Amino acid sequence: MKNGREPVVVGVADAPLEDGKFVTKASVLGHAALVAKAAVEEAGLKLSDVDGLLTAGMWGVPGPGQLATVTLGEYLGIMPIFVDGTNIGGSAFEAHVAHAAMALREGYCEVALIVYSSDQKSLRSRNLGGRPSVLSMQHETPFGMPTPVGGYAMAAQRHMHEYGTTSENLAEIAVATRKWAQLNPEATRRDPLSIDDVLSSTMISEPLHLLDCCLVTDGAGAIVMTTAERAKDLNTRPVAVKGYGEAHTHWAIGEMPDLARLLPAQKAGERAMKMAGVSHSDIDLVEIYDSFTITVLLSLEALGFCKIGEGGDFVSGQRTAPGGAFPMNTSGGGLSALHPGMFGMFLLIEAVRQLRDEAGERQVKGAETALVHGTGGTLSSGATVILQKD
Amino acid sequence: MSTEKPLPVIDHDSTPYWEAARQGRLDIPLCGDCGKHHFYPRSVCPHCHSDNLDFDTVSGRGEVHTFTIARRPAGPAFADDVPYVVALIELEEGPRMMSRIQTGDPEKVHIGAKVEVTFVKANDEVTFPYFKLT
Ligand SMILES: [Zn+2]
Repeated sequence: MKNGREPVVVGVADAPLEDGKFVTKASVLGHAALVAKAAVEEAGLKLSDVDGLLTAGMWGVPGPGQLATVTLGEYLGIMPIFVDGTNIGGSAFEAHVAHAAMALREGYCEVALIVYSSDQKSLRSRNLGGRPSVLSMQHETPFGMPTPVGGYAMAAQRHMHEYGTTSENLAEIAVATRKWAQLNPEATRRDPLSIDDVLSSTMISEPLHLLDCCLVTDGAGAIVMTTAERAKDLNTRPVAVKGYGEAHTHWAIGEMPDLARLLPAQKAGERAMKMAGVSHSDIDLVEIYDSFTITVLLSLEALGFCKIGEGGDFVSGQRTAPGGAFPMNTSGGGLSALHPGMFGMFLLIEAVRQLRDEAGERQVKGAETALVHGTGGTLSSGATVILQKD
Repeated sequence: MSTEKPLPVIDHDSTPYWEAARQGRLDIPLCGDCGKHHFYPRSVCPHCHSDNLDFDTVSGRGEVHTFTIARRPAGPAFADDVPYVVALIELEEGPRMMSRIQTGDPEKVHIGAKVEVTFVKANDEVTFPYFKLT
């Protein structure tokens, strides 16, 4: 039953990049503020209208600190009455959409702002030395586990062993995603890419090659949500949040219940689709976290687009490329567009732009329903959002 | 960046495990209620949530559940080791643990390969349980 408090997305914005670095000169919080302002203004709102603030970041000390919403709220000069700093890795923002949706339905806030910013590339701050060797990581880091790629490589190895998946199968994903990036003027990598290029790229952590891995870039993005009722007065085309789900199963890859099956995606996806009342055939477009090619393959299977073990066949023959039967990662994804540490924000922004028919050359014609699925940690967490043209 | 290899920060949960490794034994927690082993050591059993736990010396035998050959090191500290094999070992007793396979030929490692623990001393406090193919 509709009561006007159905959650909708009314604004999105992201920061321009050049060679994967911020173009505008600003601090990491400055970029967060700039995209936040752009997203609320796109919605016909002001930052002072925001009463719900959600953010997550790999913002340690030194840096903006660990109280992410508090730090950002202060910088923005707002005093939110609903906050969520849930951090489950790259899928955090899909979970934030879910939490904001619940807060909006409940009347706990009226305008929710979800923000992410990272200047990891400009700062060269990406930590290549592995996770600190404390608590559960004392049993992983000292063995020289390459993080995060090693965990994904172990899952890929297991999937290959159990189901006969090949490096060519994984390369299909990287190549199809690059073709979408070639249609996106904002994407970082737009040069042509072939399956052979992927297979002959440097082996990083067997069986994953360099071109099975996402980019390392800066990036900032923001999403504004409000209720269907409030959106009526705004100068924007709302996109409805129809369903959502979240789950996590482990932190260290050694604790993953089944390395060839992505349980968080299965749990989150089932719940989100049931809530939205949609089936797989209703989905026109999917945006799936592509930290590594294997992440996509495992997600597609767990979300039920194909059977477990059949992901290799599913992506073969460039089915997910422009013009293919299954439009996926239409911005060029984390593999070719941008990957500022936590990419889930940008999956959502792309889906919203597609559903508003604003995606230019890469527009998926007639797209009405999108499934967005984020993965975080070491295949640890998953969160799904179903978005629909209103 | 430091080129010294990271050592475990040993805590109250893990002290008996590392102490046993130093003495050449693989000791992991065994639950007095559900009878299952677990790894890494916790204060509450992850299977049945009992706190009736004791350390038990296990066989040190198992098989490779999955692995990766690191062609790029996990930071400069591991640069001299490349290529090296990080593997998830499934112990005969059930639990899985991350370790290294000690081998001159990484290509010989495969899923399902039988392995056995071997202890490699890092310093006076820390000895690592590595595994070798059998
Ligand atoms: Zn137990």
